[in-house]
Amino acid sequence: MSELPLIQAHSLSVKRGNKLILDQVNLSVFSGEITTVVGPNGSGKSTLLKALIGGLPLSSGNVKKKASLRVGYLPQTVNIDPTLPLSVERLLSLPNRISKQQSDAALDEAGVLDVAKSQFTELSGGQRQRVLLARALLGKPDVVLLDEPTQGLDQPGSAAFYRQIDDIRQRVGCAILMVSHELHVVMASSDHVVCLNGHVCCAGRPEQVATAPEYRALFGSGTQGALALYRHEHTHHHHDH
Amino acid sequence: MNVLDDFLWRAAIAGVGVAVIAAPLGCFVVWRRMAYFGDATAHAAILGVALSLALEVSILLGALAMALVMAMSVSAMRGRGYAMDTLLGVLAHSALAFGLVAISFVSGVRVDLTAYLFGDILTVTKTDVLSIWVGVLLVLSLLVWRWRRLLIATIDEELAQASGVNPRTEHWVLTLALAVVVGVAIKVVGALLIGALLLIPAATARRFAGTPESMAMLAVGVGAVSAVSGLGLSWRFDTPAGPSIVCVIAVLFLLSALFVKSGKSS
Repeated sequence: MSELPLIQAHSLSVKRGNKLILDQVNLSVFSGEITTVVGPNGSGKSTLLKALIGGLPLSSGNVKKKASLRVGYLPQTVNIDPTLPLSVERLLSLPNRISKQQSDAALDEAGVLDVAKSQFTELSGGQRQRVLLARALLGKPDVVLLDEPTQGLDQPGSAAFYRQIDDIRQRVGCAILMVSHELHVVMASSDHVVCLNGHVCCAGRPEQVATAPEYRALFGSGTQGALALYRHEHTHHHHDH
Repeated sequence: MNVLDDFLWRAAIAGVGVAVIAAPLGCFVVWRRMAYFGDATAHAAILGVALSLALEVSILLGALAMALVMAMSVSAMRGRGYAMDTLLGVLAHSALAFGLVAISFVSGVRVDLTAYLFGDILTVTKTDVLSIWVGVLLVLSLLVWRWRRLLIATIDEELAQASGVNPRTEHWVLTLALAVVVGVAIKVVGALLIGALLLIPAATARRFAGTPESMAMLAVGVGAVSAVSGLGLSWRFDTPAGPSIVCVIAVLFLLSALFVKSGKSS
């Protein structure tokens, strides 16, 4: 590939105690693409994202980022203690002060402009995720990292959330790297899939990964249906009913 | 003639100083659920007192040093398979017990233990007042300087990390601030009641605050008012000063809880 990746992890390993959590993981994130990391529980998906933002010491390997890369990050959950009074606007302006216009624009982009003045701890799970998405979009990121962003959302809620992410990617033009366990969504909307189980089992285009024996060994062949859905969605136009 | 010549004025100025700095730090203690950590640091100070008496250095220095040692032991023992509250309970009580035993070994003048356990605000000297306010200004500038970074690190360590704030650095900033506060507060309210000065003003302010800053400001107000009126009550009724101050804060907390309950229910 001629284009340089925004983020390139090379032979990245992370240990917790003596246990190897990530084993020589290679991963590249390219401009404008959606890359999704799938894998069973405990496969090191979240650890990988934390290592990429520099939150964990690497036991080997390295992470190369494009010069002055702007990264937005949306953690799995944020549990603010209810004793901390904090409005949504205020959460957005930490640690860097931002203008009202910037914060409103980001909240509007994420579809939660109406909760700007609300206390964060009083929001529903879906609203919280959108507020955190807005925060991740501040400062016009080149790449947004999302760690299982739809955890705790119901199915329509999570479908809407993913549509929004795809929409934002197209308008803002940022790359997306996300961790997900919702295979059907992954197959339908990703450009690139990385199947992780401590090490990278397989990686490639969704249709390549879905047929790879390593992927089948982890997830079974039940995901054929998801692939069928993927093909279906890409051979027909959508009609409004 | 100067107000510092009057012991009651000295006590009031020292008490307000400690309240002013304990309150905003106490907010972080509450937000981060570090109440036990505050206690552990404060109890370790008794060991510091023993050290100061043995080495004949200032109490403040000894208390500060031991508070830091305690904080480092907690960090070192973190993630060794003990629940955090168990670990802090073990360390807090052990430090207190070892401190009390160590003081009994210090030969020479008989030591008045109650002064260190419950404070002796009426005997603060001009030097004490000065060192308290130096500590107050130090910690206050530290908090103001790093306020936004401390807040984001308190909210979520990974969000902080992704925004270029190292949560471990901020943890140490708070630990250092806590050690200084314990060091200056020991003379005023004593090792056993420092925790009250940290927690209760913050808890009282929570009900009326909509932003982190207003909560900290309100807590400062609650602490300062309590310090002055507690001292007044202690003078009027001849009760121990440190506990009297804490009693006033506790009553304010109770009133705030009742006020909110009988007011709007949200």
